[in-house]
Amino acid sequence: MKSTQYTTAVLSFLLIACFAGSAVVEHKMEQLRPAATLEEVLYIPSSKVVKRMSVGFEALVADIYWTRAVQYFGAKHIENANQYKLLYPLLDMATDLDPHLIPAYEFGSVFLTQPPPRGAGEPLKAVALLQKGIRQNPDSWRLYQGLGFIYYMELKDYPAAGEAFAQGSKIPGAHPFLKVMAARTLQTGGDYLTAQMLWQAIYESFSDGLIRDNALKHLRALQVDREVLQLEALARAYAARTGHLPAGFNELVAVHVLRSVPRDPLGYPYELLPDGHVMVKFYRELPFITQGLPPGQQPSDLDLSTQGK
Amino acid sequence: MTRRIACIASNTFREAVRDRVLYNLILFVLLLVGSAVLFGQISLEIERIVVINLSLTSISVFGVVIAIFIGIQLVSKEIEKKTLYTVLVRPVRRWEFIVGKFFGLVETLAVNTFFMALGFYAALFYVSRGLHKSDLNILLAIYFIVLQFVIITSLALLFSSFSTPIFSAIFAFALFVIGTFADDLKNFAALTEGATHWLITGVGYLLPNFGSLNVIGAVAHDQPVSLALFVHNSLYAALYSCAAVCGAALIFERRNLK
Repeated sequence: MKSTQYTTAVLSFLLIACFAGSAVVEHKMEQLRPAATLEEVLYIPSSKVVKRMSVGFEALVADIYWTRAVQYFGAKHIENANQYKLLYPLLDMATDLDPHLIPAYEFGSVFLTQPPPRGAGEPLKAVALLQKGIRQNPDSWRLYQGLGFIYYMELKDYPAAGEAFAQGSKIPGAHPFLKVMAARTLQTGGDYLTAQMLWQAIYESFSDGLIRDNALKHLRALQVDREVLQLEALARAYAARTGHLPAGFNELVAVHVLRSVPRDPLGYPYELLPDGHVMVKFYRELPFITQGLPPGQQPSDLDLSTQGK
Repeated sequence: MTRRIACIASNTFREAVRDRVLYNLILFVLLLVGSAVLFGQISLEIERIVVINLSLTSISVFGVVIAIFIGIQLVSKEIEKKTLYTVLVRPVRRWEFIVGKFFGLVETLAVNTFFMALGFYAALFYVSRGLHKSDLNILLAIYFIVLQFVIITSLALLFSSFSTPIFSAIFAFALFVIGTFADDLKNFAALTEGATHWLITGVGYLLPNFGSLNVIGAVAHDQPVSLALFVHNSLYAALYSCAAVCGAALIFERRNLK
């Protein structure tokens, strides 16, 4: 082997070995450092400073901050965290840098609203974010839709929800559904059908899988809540007529009160308990339900269906 | 006169396109444009916005870098290689040499931007599953980026007519950064009174204003760019770069080249 070839071979080997070694050491260092110190820091808290530092390219920096907010939310969501300390500051920064970044208002408010561990559980901050978005983008009817939704679902402020829907419905090109929602919310705030319509609108107007999945779970939960109450009322009516509670749904089918054994949205049959209450068989698969839970089980905002997956 | 300027411009263009660094920078921009597609996938609902923001920012930043680093060498290289003397012994005026160099570099940058824009539109086509009528609006943002290059080129040429390449690069880049905050300077002037007010206002108008030439954020959100802005920006870039090139020619006319 020539001297130059030998040198090349040795240097190449050293190059690969040293790079591999440095990667191993770096991996060890990452394990030594606590993850929190890496995550929970907003290095530059002032949007004005970031704007200056971006040298006129703040739109791109806003995209980076929005992506960081999405990644932060995703990581916290997976670990079922109870605190999302950086979520609002990241969203605020992204929308300060690019006031027209509509997805940051739309999705950010959803992330902020949902109770922990599904979200930050800060509906007031979500309202503040959407109001900021509306100030900057008064022609975006979807921001009014989001605002009305939070007022209705989380804050139970039906007049404010109705007002938000009504304002949104006045925007040219707004979905006709907003006008309907404005009227319904003001007339019959808090009823099942209105809630169902709201979640249905969320399901239909968003393309993101996470948001649609959440809306679908809420729609199923609303359906279960309504059906359980109807079935329990049916059982009580039967008891009033015959003097005893039905032993099961088969008894109601046999006397033609029901055409078949009722099933939940997942296709499993409901169970009728001896005391006349109706129970959902696999209630963990149907998060957010408030009816049909086993005796002693409290309703929970926790999405049990995603735990352990 | 026009033929002499065109001849120098064409030679400058030919010389610039032979520079390998230029191709590396263009390749790097195209890589960034490609990575914008991946960047959008780790975010939410902003795939198209990211492609526009990241691509146009890359085109702008790297174009400015190309404009500065080629612009500062335009005169110094000719002096260093002594090729300037072979040009000036012919019936070529010094100011014609400067103007020719300026147009040559502007031509180079326009061609570079064209190829980078092609890469960008390919990425946009991939992300948006096609191109739409509103995407034509982005051409205006690209045109404004080219106007930025025209101003930067003229400044690089101005500095290179009396300073060393390294200082010319520092001055030109500093003016690019300051120029993005020109509006802030005018706002600051509004807060002051008397001589300070006039001094800061004067400096504000003397420095280049790149703020109105940046409409990347607006076109990313499909916001229309007004015809008035198009006309004013075009006129501003033409007048400002003309002033800077005149300054460069004036200095170069009086420069002792011995």
